[in-house]
Amino acid sequence: MRLEVDNVVQAYRTRQVLQGISFQIEAGDIGCLIGPSGCGKTTVLRCIAGFEPVLEGQIITDDAVISGPGFTVPPEHRGIGMVFQDFALLPHLKVLENVEFGLHSLPSTARREQALATLSSMGLAGTIDVYPHELSGGQQQRVALARALAPNPKLLLMDEPFSSLDAELRHRLSIEVRELLKERGTTALMVTHDQQEAFSIADKIGVILDGRLMQWDSAYQLYHEPANRFVADFIGRGVIVSGLVEEDGIRIELGLLKGGSAILTPGTSVDVLLRPDDIVHDDDSKLTAMVCHKEFRGADILYTLCMECGDHLYALVPSHHNHNVGEHIGVRLEADHVVTFPKHGDEKHPR
Amino acid sequence: MSRRDDCAATSMPAISRLQRLLRSLPGPWFLVTFAIALPAILVVGVVAGASLSPDTEVWPHLLEYVLPRVLSNTVWLVLGVAVLTTVLGTGLAWLTAVCEFPGRAIFSWALLLPLAIPGYVLGFVAIGLLEYAGPVQGFLREWLGPGNWLPPIRSRIGIIVVLGLTLYPYVYLVARGAFLTQGKRVLEVAQSVGFNRVQGFFKVALPMARPWIAGGVMLAVMETLADFGTVAVFNYDTLTTAIYHAWFGLFSVKAALQLASFLVLGVFIVVVIEQWFRTRARYNPGKSPPGGRISLGTRSRWLGFAFCALVLLMAFLIPFTQLLIWAWHDVAEGGLDYRFWGFAWRSVSLSLTAAGTITLAALLLNYAMRLDAHPASQLAGRIATLGYALPGTVLAIGIFVPLVFVNNQLQGVLDYFFAANAPRLTLQTGLATMLIAYLARFLAVAHQPVAANMLRITPAIDESIRVLGVSGWSALRRVHFPMLKTGLLTAFSLAFVDLMKEMPITLMTRPFGWETLAVRVFEMTSEGQWQQAALPACAIVLVGLLPVVILTRRSDNET
Repeated sequence: MRLEVDNVVQAYRTRQVLQGISFQIEAGDIGCLIGPSGCGKTTVLRCIAGFEPVLEGQIITDDAVISGPGFTVPPEHRGIGMVFQDFALLPHLKVLENVEFGLHSLPSTARREQALATLSSMGLAGTIDVYPHELSGGQQQRVALARALAPNPKLLLMDEPFSSLDAELRHRLSIEVRELLKERGTTALMVTHDQQEAFSIADKIGVILDGRLMQWDSAYQLYHEPANRFVADFIGRGVIVSGLVEEDGIRIELGLLKGGSAILTPGTSVDVLLRPDDIVHDDDSKLTAMVCHKEFRGADILYTLCMECGDHLYALVPSHHNHNVGEHIGVRLEADHVVTFPKHGDEKHPR
Repeated sequence: MSRRDDCAATSMPAISRLQRLLRSLPGPWFLVTFAIALPAILVVGVVAGASLSPDTEVWPHLLEYVLPRVLSNTVWLVLGVAVLTTVLGTGLAWLTAVCEFPGRAIFSWALLLPLAIPGYVLGFVAIGLLEYAGPVQGFLREWLGPGNWLPPIRSRIGIIVVLGLTLYPYVYLVARGAFLTQGKRVLEVAQSVGFNRVQGFFKVALPMARPWIAGGVMLAVMETLADFGTVAVFNYDTLTTAIYHAWFGLFSVKAALQLASFLVLGVFIVVVIEQWFRTRARYNPGKSPPGGRISLGTRSRWLGFAFCALVLLMAFLIPFTQLLIWAWHDVAEGGLDYRFWGFAWRSVSLSLTAAGTITLAALLLNYAMRLDAHPASQLAGRIATLGYALPGTVLAIGIFVPLVFVNNQLQGVLDYFFAANAPRLTLQTGLATMLIAYLARFLAVAHQPVAANMLRITPAIDESIRVLGVSGWSALRRVHFPMLKTGLLTAFSLAFVDLMKEMPITLMTRPFGWETLAVRVFEMTSEGQWQQAALPACAIVLVGLLPVVILTRRSDNET
């Protein structure tokens, strides 16, 4: 099912929670909304589920409008599945009964068959006869997912589905869930505040701030071509340094960056985004910087480098280049994506 | 961008003042909450109103001869019971929660058994056993020669001990929860900074448990203020018996209401203190304390055992055995006759009806408060559940007076239409007063377990079942009711047991000649007929064991 959210506005009393959100998810794709808490990402999900009316704009699935101003198809008639943050499993029903619960329109034998099929496809065949509180967090999460998927919804919504799990389990499950959804061809939209989770599960990611959708793009584009300073700051690490536009690139303290926006005229001052992977460690380089902090991360080390002008930079360096804090190390610029912002403005310069 | 801004600018003033006013009012569910809170509000209103216009005939007499004695009696009783329940409740809770000694596991639930014996039953058993003509003194005289070998049981100390022994479980229950949460670790912290165990108990463990203990003591004090049956057995005049005598002896409703206003003032102070402590007491007790239990030395082990055993003997085992002996004799003399079954039937049918009504009201109140978050609704709900603090005597008269008023108004209308043929109405002496007063007094008992279950039905659960296509009546039947079932059952049984024990409301508002088990106990004990009182008392105690079982099971499930 294709989902289209078109300029949706939502308000609570006098405060606007969503200020015109628009995006589309193609059938079979997985979308993800991320942003700081209170940015309105969960409200988007609740509008799509039908729990909140929209004040303006509309929500369309395939060709049917399901929400518009003064018009809301009730949640129980949307045929949309949803997984809740605390799973919301029914404590008085066993696992199988929980999954059967959403299949009430089927005759009882078909209901049982379909519930069993969903549960066993998710490796839960051994737990059908226990109560939810007897399961581990990861298993409860799987049951919640099975319950939402059993009626074969065309669209699945997930509200921070992994937030109550520990980091390792979260990562494993998000990959598992992606495979499962792709296998079934289910369109899905997830909300999270964890970008690693979003990167590993989603085809398209939306970054929301204060009720506005800042960018709707693939993970690669969000990281390398952030639309504005906020997205640049929110996604991944990086620093912003001053630069001067020259004929064949942009001059910063570390040297000349080849490329950059075509609309810039030489002599303009700009701000340049430098990611840790734009700075390469090179012992032969004449350019050096002092290590003022290091973070060992296993395969690589994230060095924080202090420049003479007082700026600092991040450099991601393979783990065997081990240097101590206080040492000067050689660095070299190697940036494929030169992202610049005007000195007074948040929007990125176009390519 | 500009389109949205325009809209925001024009849509706000479009909401008229009337709409804004309507939006600020509570929803229709408020009416339900308010109706359930109405009895409590009415009673307090009637009592407060009466204190402003004294009865000129009776009041001077009361003020001079009755009030000073009654007030000092009440104050001494409250202070005595407060001290005794604190010491017993805290001491026993510490022993069974944190120490290890012989019999600890059994004592930890058996010490709740005294909850099953109402004060008026323990009271008459104590008097029957220990009075001059009783078996204990008789035995002592036979052994030691003639004379008075025990202090008189019908004394201030006597009644304080009796009430203390019936009410200490309120303190014991909450203090035990607090100590189980702290565990031995707290003492180890105190020891690590150089205190010995005794100092650690008084400097760390006790202050940490103070909000819980104080809350429990306040509940015991509330019960003491409300107590009618026990003080009546002891002929110890307090405000509750004074209200009864003013109404049924002096026939002055106004004087009774005046006395009630003193009682309500006292209760109000206690409620404020209790609520203040309640907000400070939050815990999540497990089955065993963190860090394990303290194993006591040989001598202290047996001291701990002896202390627990003594309390259990005095508060439950001896009186219960004596009751059984008396009841056995009574049965042998034909006590299980049609009259006894009549009392029992009336008690059970009345309690079942009232418990059903109260449970239904608790369910409605919970839904009303869930569906309308407006402050006015929440306040009305709080008031409705504070009715438990109003003593039965106050409720009886506080409901009676407005019902007489309503009755007379209706009678006036009937007289106008039917003249001499109009039927005579007596709403105030019917079951209506009784049921309304019961509702006000025991709503909180039923509300609490239902509310605890209601919390489990989170907004996410409601939404998740809607997404799965289940809503409305079907959601109530398939999800809400199953999830509330145990809470409703607990609410019903707790209310039922409290109703079976209830004495003053039943006594003061029952239709003429209507006798229940509790009323029968009152009548027999006021004539000193202990043996005849034992059989109905036994029935009440046996029913009263039910909530003890529920409490024990609940504390077992807490892990």
